[in-house]
Amino acid sequence: MSERARLLDLRGVDKSFGGLRVIADLDLHVDEGEIVSVIGPNGAGKTTLFNLITGIFRPDSGDIVLDGDSIVGLYPHQITSRGVARTFQTLRLFLNMTVKENVMAAQYGRTRSTVFEAMLRLPRARREEREIARVAEEKLAFFGNRLMGYRWNQPAYSLSYANRRRLEIARAMATEPRILLLDEPAAGMNPSETHEITELIGKLRAEGGHTILVIEHDMHVVEGISDRVVALDHGEKIAEGTFEQVATDPRVEEAYLGPRHTRAK
Amino acid sequence: MVDLPERPDALQTPRVGVDEWVAAHEERVGRRTGLPGLIERGWNWLPPFGKLAVCVVPAALLPLLMSEENLARYAVYTLFYALMGLGLNIVVGFSGLLDLGYIAFVGFGAYGYGILASTQFGNHWQAELAIPVVTVATAILGLLVGLPSRRLVGDYLAIVTLFFGQAFVVFVNNANRISFPHFGHVDLTGGANGLANIDPLNLFGYHVSSTRQYYYVALIAFALLVSALYFANESRTGRAWRALREDPLAAESMTIPVNRLKLMAFAFGAGVAGFTGAIYGSFQTGAFPGDYDVGLLITIYAVVILGGTGSLAGVALGAIIINCAPELLRSQHDASLLFYGVILVTILAKVRPWRLCAAFLAALVGFGFAVHAIADAAWPRLTAGHAQASGFLKGPIEAWVLLPRHPVKIADFAYVILIAAILLVTQLHGWRRLAVLVPTLYLAAMVWENLLVGQTAGATRLILLGALLVALMNARPQGLLGTARVEIV
Repeated sequence: MSERARLLDLRGVDKSFGGLRVIADLDLHVDEGEIVSVIGPNGAGKTTLFNLITGIFRPDSGDIVLDGDSIVGLYPHQITSRGVARTFQTLRLFLNMTVKENVMAAQYGRTRSTVFEAMLRLPRARREEREIARVAEEKLAFFGNRLMGYRWNQPAYSLSYANRRRLEIARAMATEPRILLLDEPAAGMNPSETHEITELIGKLRAEGGHTILVIEHDMHVVEGISDRVVALDHGEKIAEGTFEQVATDPRVEEAYLGPRHTRAK
Repeated sequence: MVDLPERPDALQTPRVGVDEWVAAHEERVGRRTGLPGLIERGWNWLPPFGKLAVCVVPAALLPLLMSEENLARYAVYTLFYALMGLGLNIVVGFSGLLDLGYIAFVGFGAYGYGILASTQFGNHWQAELAIPVVTVATAILGLLVGLPSRRLVGDYLAIVTLFFGQAFVVFVNNANRISFPHFGHVDLTGGANGLANIDPLNLFGYHVSSTRQYYYVALIAFALLVSALYFANESRTGRAWRALREDPLAAESMTIPVNRLKLMAFAFGAGVAGFTGAIYGSFQTGAFPGDYDVGLLITIYAVVILGGTGSLAGVALGAIIINCAPELLRSQHDASLLFYGVILVTILAKVRPWRLCAAFLAALVGFGFAVHAIADAAWPRLTAGHAQASGFLKGPIEAWVLLPRHPVKIADFAYVILIAAILLVTQLHGWRRLAVLVPTLYLAAMVWENLLVGQTAGATRLILLGALLVALMNARPQGLLGTARVEIV
């Protein structure tokens, strides 16, 4: 595993909100082609970690390096264009746009034609428009027939919860990311859908070729997908390694269940 | 290790196979029937240019049917409202930015054209040069206004842009004595007197002077602009505008540079406004500070909201209604027809079942004749007046409505009682509401005949227009051609 190139590397990242230190001196790396899970109790700083990587927040200190270049201080749209796409824990789809438009909108950064070219229907704009539609259909087809056919022209708000999660992933894929950040992809799903998400994440790497950093609470999912697991608590990394190593780590047990002496036998 | 599914494609098949059925069923139930449905399906079946042709071709024939005066009142102003609405629609409809300074850009266009082509400075530029210059200058002004405001959202953006709009009015009102070094005092805008004598458009040596010619210029501009905006809306930029309207943070995270797109929307909206303003100014042959104040702003907002924010066809429809309805209401006969027509149609549409509806109408008519007969017998003076209506309405109205010989004071009292009665009706429900509605409607007819119909050119038409807008907005909050937006599901 160590021969693979480091795609994403966080070095000593710190972030505080007021007096609250949310991320404390965090080192974290994701190698090319790896699936890394971040676990931790609520409020451990997992989503803040994603917000720091995608540029929504700026770290107080430390560096975030994507494939050799620092991405600290860039706008979120620039970071996404460089190959870091995310989904949101609290779904943030473009609800009043159609399913297909949601995926098409995410290709803004990959295309170049200006609005004047679009108004005059010049060749480049039309070619790009066809390409955008093709890519959108391809990404939606990734989810079997869940988001296909008649769904394309339905508004996103008409989708079920599970399908919205799928559409979020499709939208993130449409930015052609090198690393995909999934924020609790299985939250709110029933057991069979959770099972399906597990399969899907494997497929995202195998067929989509994406490196994946995932936040997940469901330990079955984490166990099923992870090459490596990182446990956070109070913004600090408390354990790292394979699922078995992390799951049996006493500090992780303590973070989830409280100190040993307070627990009922 | 996770369990494998029994069949390789088991996970691909939706477990609950009713999704598609539900969607299809909803579509079936939601589909309109009869003539409206036929029109809707026909409209949706048309390709974009077909839709444009359906609107523009009949419009192109209008000048053959109307006098110059009517053409100006009904058609030319409608087109100008629609053009202004198209620009506002980019900012408010596509990208969801609440810009209350929009009309200042129209004014800037008109004044800009006036400075380049009027007797004010003795410049008489050709329109094919002046209009692009004014358009680009206004777009740059839009960009400059957008720059400090691009981080503002919602209410704050509204306040800042409203301030800009008011500042513009104050500026043009007072910019008749600007002192420049070397030049001395310069009269830039004519102050409160405005810029008079703006040149008619001079396009490649072709002088546009008659109303008819202006109508065709505006119509061509409208057709070109609508097609350009249609394609812009369907492009990556249009989708990005809509995405930032839906969720700026998500848009930013999906490679969309939100700030730049907001500026673009501002600049484009301003550009369209400046372009329209230039033609509008030359059509009006002048630019005056009062023309570009809050009044026009509200009118254009009404056009966009009534038509349905974000809908290009809606802007055209909104402009037609907002411009033509008040003009039609100037005539007493038309206003009376509208007044009674709307009441009758509303009763027919809203009171159910049919038997109740018929009973209600019978009660209303009977109540009127009864009151009229009693008044005729007891106090003949109450029915001695004459209806102002002409034509077929005159007879029935004189036999039904109380028309006192000296209506002024009685009508004023009746007006106040009418307002109280309307307030009472809104508080009642069920049969009580219908029971109170009978005398209320009769009272409304009485007030109408004795008081309001005499003032259709003034306050009445505004009251009617307001009532019409309230009714339309209640019936279709998303605007006539807009799609209802869902915020949280």
